[in-house]
Amino acid sequence: MGKKFKEKFAFTILALITMCVIIPALFIFSYIIYNGIGTISLEFIFGSPTKGMTEGGIFPAIIGTMSLIVGTIVFALPLGVGTAIYLVEYAKKNVLTKLISLAILNLAGVPSVVYGLFGLGLFVLLLGFGSSILSGSLTLSCLILPIIIKSSEAAIKSVPNIYREASLALGATKWQTIYKIVLPAAMPGIITGAILGIGRAAGETAAILLTVAAFFLPRLPDSIMDQAMVLSYHLYIISSQVPGMPDAIKNGTALVLLGVVGIFFFAATVIRIKYKLANRA
Amino acid sequence: MGDTEKAIYSKTTISHRKDLKRSNRLGEFLIEKTIFLIGTTAIIILGLIFYYLVSTGLNVFATVSVSEFFASIGWFPVSSNPKYGTVPLVVGSLMVTMGAILISVPIGIGSAIYISEVAPQKVRTVLKVIIEFLSAVPSVVLGFLGIVVLSNWVRITFSIPTGFTAFTGAILVSLMALPTIISISDDAIAAVPKDYRDASLALGATKWETIRYVLVPAASPGIIAAVMLGVGRAIGETMAVLMVTGNAAQIPDTMFTSVRTMTATIAAEMGDTVRNDTHYFALFAIGSMLLFMTTVINTIADYVVTRGKKGGR
Amino acid sequence: MLKVTISDLNLYYEEFHALKNISLDIEDKEVTALIGPSGCGKSTFLRTINRMNDLIDDVKIEGLVMLEDQDIYNKDVDVAALRRRVGMVFQKPNPFLKSIYENVAYGPRRYGIKAKNQLDEIVERSLKKAAIWEEVEDRLNKPALSLSGGQQQRLCIARALAMEPEVLLMDEPTASLDPIATGRIEELISQLKKDYAIIIVTHSMQQAARISDKTAFFLMGEIVETGKTKEVFTTPKDKRTEDYITGRFG
Repeated sequence: MGKKFKEKFAFTILALITMCVIIPALFIFSYIIYNGIGTISLEFIFGSPTKGMTEGGIFPAIIGTMSLIVGTIVFALPLGVGTAIYLVEYAKKNVLTKLISLAILNLAGVPSVVYGLFGLGLFVLLLGFGSSILSGSLTLSCLILPIIIKSSEAAIKSVPNIYREASLALGATKWQTIYKIVLPAAMPGIITGAILGIGRAAGETAAILLTVAAFFLPRLPDSIMDQAMVLSYHLYIISSQVPGMPDAIKNGTALVLLGVVGIFFFAATVIRIKYKLANRA
Repeated sequence: MGDTEKAIYSKTTISHRKDLKRSNRLGEFLIEKTIFLIGTTAIIILGLIFYYLVSTGLNVFATVSVSEFFASIGWFPVSSNPKYGTVPLVVGSLMVTMGAILISVPIGIGSAIYISEVAPQKVRTVLKVIIEFLSAVPSVVLGFLGIVVLSNWVRITFSIPTGFTAFTGAILVSLMALPTIISISDDAIAAVPKDYRDASLALGATKWETIRYVLVPAASPGIIAAVMLGVGRAIGETMAVLMVTGNAAQIPDTMFTSVRTMTATIAAEMGDTVRNDTHYFALFAIGSMLLFMTTVINTIADYVVTRGKKGGR
Repeated sequence: MLKVTISDLNLYYEEFHALKNISLDIEDKEVTALIGPSGCGKSTFLRTINRMNDLIDDVKIEGLVMLEDQDIYNKDVDVAALRRRVGMVFQKPNPFLKSIYENVAYGPRRYGIKAKNQLDEIVERSLKKAAIWEEVEDRLNKPALSLSGGQQQRLCIARALAMEPEVLLMDEPTASLDPIATGRIEELISQLKKDYAIIIVTHSMQQAARISDKTAFFLMGEIVETGKTKEVFTTPKDKRTEDYITGRFG
């Protein structure tokens, strides 16, 4: 067998293998879009569920997801960016810094259901926040913290040192330099990470199962101490816990959830391409 | 500069303190301390997770013996004579994880090689976006598709009574582990210094020989880490397996029977427990086991990568 | 008048002894050139004068650096206040990703000047001093990166001048510029020395000869020879200086 032939053969196999990922992925997107698009209507998006959720819309669940996203980012963004600033700008090469990095790495690998247990134990029960948007947001912010730290860290690291030096040489303090020069330059990367984190939070189910989600609550939550319906959890119950649910409702809900996550994903992708950021944070 | 200009421009001056004495820098000091405190958040959260799960979970041993919990095969927490043997759950998790890894490792590494070395630039960009979006698909959406599409396919194709099996779960979980494996392997291959590539090609090796004998071996620490992180992702996956594996807490003989994983058990049963009863503690104990497993896997993966980097340079 | 006095300065980077027993007097309203082969410690030395080496971990500094009558390495010294008095221009033009105006106003703003008319005044004065006002007068709000390399470097000089420093440190300010832009910067330096003590690191013997009053020749972290530029270049006392200069001059 010639060398060239061997190479061609190997590359063909590799291309076929790649198709084993790409085809299911494309199938997932197109199936959800194709089957769900018929359900999408103003009534479905902005209406409340009626008749034991077999009719009506999913507006309370959309609002629940949005409230969770806002709550999550309020906690996770300052903590994540602050940690990244500490690691890049202040931390010395010592044991503590190593421990912090190891902790971040391991936080990223903690299963989401374990975050759910933790949130249930600490926020819902011990701190007495109950099953609420607050508990869910705190739990989700722990979960997306590693994503935000990593992308912010990469963004801050990529700011060339010459800018820091120029600022310091003008008599600016370290914090002024970080706040006025480093953070603005790192902003596209930080925002990208935040959006990816939000996308992750929006689709997350296991972590909110035990901390916020209401099975059926056809009204809008009125405070952060309120329970709420959440899109992801809603999809879970209507597709596997309640028998006899019409397919249209299930497909529509799946499409809305994928759409919400997709919007964040594409926003992040557009920013990355525009600012020529590294492919992954 | 003329005299008139001088007069105009001398209005605003920056006066320098000749003694250079440190002024009150309380603001800067407070900011530095605050940033330091924030910087330790990750340790604090991880510490709290460990502390809270383990300290709660240990209470299970007040009523259940260690040997029953880790070594007996009956998981009947809500029967009148409750049994708390976690073996079926651990076996269920391992079966789904192993199945997922058997599927996703060859496909993942092959795709990573194709994407980073073979595909033309434009194709590569498209493939990468698709794979990244796959990683963004919520697991509950995959679970939903598992119920409406995949389980039917499995049931009909293998002509078995139910499509809710360990195998079904493994396929879904492999879809979730794949993006992790691909993107990290891809990074590892891309990080191999260009010199290696050039040296091999300059010796007359084909592109494929270069990939096989130079790039993949040089990137192997990163690829191993990618596989390990994929394993971690698979063990921890909850919603999709909860929705498609049938949730029978039994020791399965084949991949084509229903199983119940550790994660699914927590998610499915936690809502029905009473705070501080044995069942509640038992689920926290299972959570602690999961936490230990993923922490060990991630730490080893990190070690492999850092060691690989040091050895490679 | 003596502006900066350095005596017995030693600098260690981890185990590496980067600067060895440096003593040098810097006169006000003069240009002092630091010459020597790459890696001889010129830039490191320059950065001890505004304490930019503080940014690197594991650097240890011994000896005395005096700005007029103040020991700048004294514990009580406010590094920011020091750097306002000792301005710096870097090897590569490094304007911030901001407008021309905001680049110059950056230092004064951090110092605490808020009023728009005061900032306007400082910006205009600094840009005039850096001989770039005419070129940017009508586009102050354009991004600094829209300027040419030479213009960017003069903008960076203006930015440093906005703080009204007494000493100006220049680390190979023309290394990345073409000959015409270099000529304009050299001209500017000759203008500026009427008001400032200027210390310039340069790789170009010709540049040192053209613009400096005093020259210090660095080799392997030591000052081999220092004196009036004319004398160092025409009648070097040390054989190594002579070799270096003749080698370079060809």
